[in-house]
Amino acid sequence: MKGMSLIVREVTKLVAGFIFVYGIYIVLYGHLTPGGGFVGGVILACSFILLMLAFGKNFMDHVIKPWSLTVGDCVGALGFLLVALLGLIGGAFFLNFLAHPGDFRLLSGGAIPLSNIAIGVKVSACLAGVFVALSIFRGVRSGKE
Amino acid sequence: MIHGVLPYVLATILLGVGIYAITCKKNVIKIIIGVIVTEYAVNMFLILIGYRSGGIAPVLTRAMDKSEFINQSVDPIPQALILTSIVIGLGIVALMVAIAIRLYEKYGTFDISEIRKLRG
Amino acid sequence: MTDIALGLYIITGFVIVASVIAIEVKDLLSTIISVSAAGAGLSILFLMLGAPDIAITQVVVEVVCLVILIRATVTRDDTTYDSHRDTFAVAAGLLFVGLLTVCCWVAYQDMQPFGSPIMKVGSQYLQYGIERTGAANYVTAVLLDFRAYDTLGEATVIFAAVIGAYVVLRKVGRIRDERHEPDS
Repeated sequence: MKGMSLIVREVTKLVAGFIFVYGIYIVLYGHLTPGGGFVGGVILACSFILLMLAFGKNFMDHVIKPWSLTVGDCVGALGFLLVALLGLIGGAFFLNFLAHPGDFRLLSGGAIPLSNIAIGVKVSACLAGVFVALSIFRGVRSGKE
Repeated sequence: MIHGVLPYVLATILLGVGIYAITCKKNVIKIIIGVIVTEYAVNMFLILIGYRSGGIAPVLTRAMDKSEFINQSVDPIPQALILTSIVIGLGIVALMVAIAIRLYEKYGTFDISEIRKLRG
Repeated sequence: MTDIALGLYIITGFVIVASVIAIEVKDLLSTIISVSAAGAGLSILFLMLGAPDIAITQVVVEVVCLVILIRATVTRDDTTYDSHRDTFAVAAGLLFVGLLTVCCWVAYQDMQPFGSPIMKVGSQYLQYGIERTGAANYVTAVLLDFRAYDTLGEATVIFAAVIGAYVVLRKVGRIRDERHEPDS
């Protein structure tokens, strides 16, 4: 899959970093402002899709290997399960044992930011991997692509 | 009676449009669009159920009094369920598009009545 | 209900009209653009109903849907088709829509009017949310603390859908075996 023209590539170089940081901000502050792991994960996947559309798949293969996206998917899912099992320290499955309320700060949520990070990694790797798989699929019968 | 539930009736009309697209259309892409419209209708219906008149979003800020926040906020439970449902809808659309691409590669057309005739 | 009624009806009408246009138009690119317009209108509706989380999610998900759908259809040849009537499908469609109308008519007799929800469990969550979880955003508190088990199930469903997409798009052993008559 080829990339796009010069204007698109130059603008993408400026903008993709901002989208990435915005996605991380929405994931981390999910318990204080509207957002969370799911929305932040989709925004992170959007930044990767933008890079892939602008520069072409052959260039992105050197930056992120395709198998690392499936590994990120599994790491995110297992991380979420690990946070749930760690609640067993407090006495119950999924118990939020680190919460100290009333502060409106990043650390006052306890295990909630950790769950948000795990879900953000999982959803972003998931959707970016599906897009890579859809774009490298080359049919046998159809010669036009 | 109809005045109090009119928004729900509109959501049901959208659901009917989606079901019509799934059953009566022959192009695979139109069937996928029908599933997407059905998801829109269900999400809209559930958010409409949780709305409170003159309500504010269920996010507490430092400058807000807690008791009046409890009396004024909308229901947070349907919003939590619909949030994950929208992202799952995206995964389902990706799966359906993958199947549609495979069908085109094998049969050369998107028309399901043609696909039913040609037996592999 | 009277404060947002006019905007609610206008935007819902727009979403319904855009969906009908998306389904009836013959060109596939116009179909995809119409359904994206319906999704954008739906996102504004969510914002008016006091759900900013859902509005953000709807906009971003609909953009990715648009990219995936264009990837599937624009590179194909035949974007129009000739339709001939299939009476069984039309009869089945009318039967389903009629059944839906009857069931909704019976159910809406006893429903709460729009704008005053019951909120039996929701009021408990709103009252004790910030003390027990420490999260100021109550939607995240419900999603990841009060109902975290459901979120585990939802993460599993996304996982399964994406693995299904990978399996369908696999081409292991498919290029070479085209001559040897593959099954399935």
